[in-house]
Amino acid sequence: MYGISFFILTFVPNMQTNIFFTTINTKTNMKALLAIAVASLFCMSAYANPGDGDGDKNDLTKENVQPTLADYFSPVSKNVAKPDAKGFIRRWLLLEPIDKPNRSNTVFTDTYIRENFSQQYFPGQFTDIPTDGKTERVGEQELKWHAFDATRYNVKLFRFASGLEKQVYGVLFWAVTIIDSPEDVSNVRLAVGSNSASMWWLNGEEAVILSGDRRMVVDDVMSGRLNLKKGKNVLRGAVINGPGMSDFCVRFIKENGEPLTNVSVTLTK
Amino acid sequence: MKQYKNIIKGFGALVGIMLSQSAMAQIGAPFIHDPSTIVECDGKYYTFGTGGGGLISEDGWTWNSGAQRPGGGAAPDALKIGDRYLVAYSATGGGLGGGHAGRILVMWNKTLDPESPDFKFSEPIEVAKSIQDEDCDAIDAGLLLDPKTGRLWVTYGTYFGHIRMVEIDPKTGERIKGNKAKNVAIDCEASDLIYKDGWYYLLGTHGTCCDGGNSTYNIVCGRSKNVTGPFIDNVGRDMLEGGGRMVIAGSGRTWGAGHFGRFVVAEGVEKMSLHWEADLDQGGRSVLAIRPIIWKNGWPIGGELFKEGTYEIESERRGYSLELVVDFVRMNRGGGMFGGGGFGGFGGFGGGAQRPANAQGGAQRPANAQGGQAPAGGFPGFGAGAPGAGAPQGAQRPANAQGAPAGAPGAGAPAGFGGMGGFGGFGGGAAGGAQAQRPAQQAAPQPVASQTLADVIEDWPKGEIRVRMADYMGRPHQRWTITAVPEAGGYLGGPYYKIIIAGTNRALAATADKEVTSVPRFTGAPEQLWRIDQCTDGTYRIMPKAVPGTTEELVLMSAGDCTPTLGKWDFNSDNCKWNFKDMSKDITVR
Repeated sequence: MYGISFFILTFVPNMQTNIFFTTINTKTNMKALLAIAVASLFCMSAYANPGDGDGDKNDLTKENVQPTLADYFSPVSKNVAKPDAKGFIRRWLLLEPIDKPNRSNTVFTDTYIRENFSQQYFPGQFTDIPTDGKTERVGEQELKWHAFDATRYNVKLFRFASGLEKQVYGVLFWAVTIIDSPEDVSNVRLAVGSNSASMWWLNGEEAVILSGDRRMVVDDVMSGRLNLKKGKNVLRGAVINGPGMSDFCVRFIKENGEPLTNVSVTLTK
Repeated sequence: MKQYKNIIKGFGALVGIMLSQSAMAQIGAPFIHDPSTIVECDGKYYTFGTGGGGLISEDGWTWNSGAQRPGGGAAPDALKIGDRYLVAYSATGGGLGGGHAGRILVMWNKTLDPESPDFKFSEPIEVAKSIQDEDCDAIDAGLLLDPKTGRLWVTYGTYFGHIRMVEIDPKTGERIKGNKAKNVAIDCEASDLIYKDGWYYLLGTHGTCCDGGNSTYNIVCGRSKNVTGPFIDNVGRDMLEGGGRMVIAGSGRTWGAGHFGRFVVAEGVEKMSLHWEADLDQGGRSVLAIRPIIWKNGWPIGGELFKEGTYEIESERRGYSLELVVDFVRMNRGGGMFGGGGFGGFGGFGGGAQRPANAQGGAQRPANAQGGQAPAGGFPGFGAGAPGAGAPQGAQRPANAQGAPAGAPGAGAPAGFGGMGGFGGFGGGAAGGAQAQRPAQQAAPQPVASQTLADVIEDWPKGEIRVRMADYMGRPHQRWTITAVPEAGGYLGGPYYKIIIAGTNRALAATADKEVTSVPRFTGAPEQLWRIDQCTDGTYRIMPKAVPGTTEELVLMSAGDCTPTLGKWDFNSDNCKWNFKDMSKDITVR
């Protein structure tokens, strides 16, 4: 139903231009148009409803309420962060989106990802640990790093961008976090889901790549077996998206299949 | 009942015979009648048959005579209890036209290996008998050590009257004092008891025995919550009333399925042993067969031997397809999103078209609007402003950009949305752009060529290519040809296979870091050989013959939805299971 509504609302303006005034003379089409019009009014009336008030700001089941940055992100607390109960890493440094026009996500082949993610967009891209508020010059763009705790298991990049009133489509996001492990942990896998394609590096080494027109799915792609060293491990990711939603979820999975939770997540080296 | 004498005569002549056989049957000289349940002893497999002796296999696939069982007689069974082996057999009264005075005997041995210094059968112990003219023929013993209670049961009997069961002592083999035989079935033979998930299953063989390719022998079963029955079939008939649900019968070139035995390889991987009365590819002789057991709604049925062919290898976890990690190469889009309904297709989605001509298509379709043959006109195209800009990498091969009849079917269809022409392109993709400009009625749907190996292989890396899972799209990097490698031996019930990308020699291989990859050329190395077992739920377990650097038995499994790896077998996890979808007929349309 949602999809139908979306379709009709999206296309109604064009339909009015191209259909209503070109086919209005036929009786058959009149019936069809009437049906479309009724459906459109139904959908429009739903959208005209401002919703049910503020309610819980994190209750995203509220209809017709524009999500905000705060629905998905909160400022980094002073508490030591750990992965959540399912191991998802929520504390991240996120760079405002780099303008990277792509009208479709189907172009994100492995070759495309490697070529475009290996480019240097800003100095220290693969080496530095940014700080909250630091800016990067990328072409004509002046982009800022933001330290956030995601309010959900998935880091909603689209809302990060829209919440900051930045470009939401045709974008490239960079993300950095640090995993502080109390001990060496061998044979863990980095498990990533991302919308759309992404690439991830652990301690400077390529860990996993998600190519193609992807949807965010928990444990969609996993790295090979990796070793987390005792102490701090730098995890970087780059997520590219053309049209549509963008987000990611990341966790480490131990050899026994359970998520890794007994580590800290920090943003300082 | 069986014609024992004829069978016994035939067996002596079969020793040592090697035949050229299909990959569908046990190889070597697997000639036997009434094979006992297969037992493993010191790394070898054994089964005994009517008339004495039996077969030995070192890998479960190649079988030859050599097992030794004294006493002659008919239709034995075997079971390992503790560190000893119990073999039951019967001294027969003579078969169908003979007497029915039979004896069930059991004897012990520390080993089944006749070369071992410990190989010595104990004196036979009689545990049941039938007299000349009672309604039971005390032959065809089947053994069950009840895993719930530790009690040991023997079933026996033929078409001549009842199948009966008695209890014997698992320590001595003696009949339990005071135990009385109980009738549990009628008019069948070669009975066997098994236990699974709270049910006891009594299996028996019906049909005509011992008539070569005319034998209708077939294996049926009933089940009960109690070890002594009543054993009821799937429609509520007691096996004492002749009931029985079909487990396996003859098919193809093998006819007459008899004398069931169950071998549990691992949780979720079970095999049944039986004999075919006649394998037409092996001179119509009676041969050992090993088939997967599938448990369907609580009933055992015979699975099929894996068949060579070209397959999609699909994960049970997500339903994604095993593929090479190569760039996805787009193909002609065909009829478009709403091709049959008259939209004429959305054109391409940016990456689909690198040809400037196509890239123009979306915005330049005034023909649709003008023509009058697409009465609704045409949408101007969502990517009208910047054709082609978003198509830097998707399909670099000219072949993919050719043809592009994408918009044609839609343009020609007056139904649905009334021939809206085309949406143009989402940014210049417009694979169907040019075609969509044709007058609507001219366009007849034409086959769209499948992508072929030749279209893409030149762009593949020449060396190792890792593998992953993704949506199956019928592409060359997703199509695997699986064929037996006869010289590589086998395992219980099957030969080792090579798994190569169809049309190439590029082979799936296990790696020393317990991952999987593809190597450019199949060499026959153990890590390139694969064991394929159908599981009890109908899915498949796939495991390499060897993993470099370890003796661990590992299987192909899903680490993530899209990430294959090697790990320990776990039947309770869909990560470890796979399905094969036959793509042999998924031929290219040219």
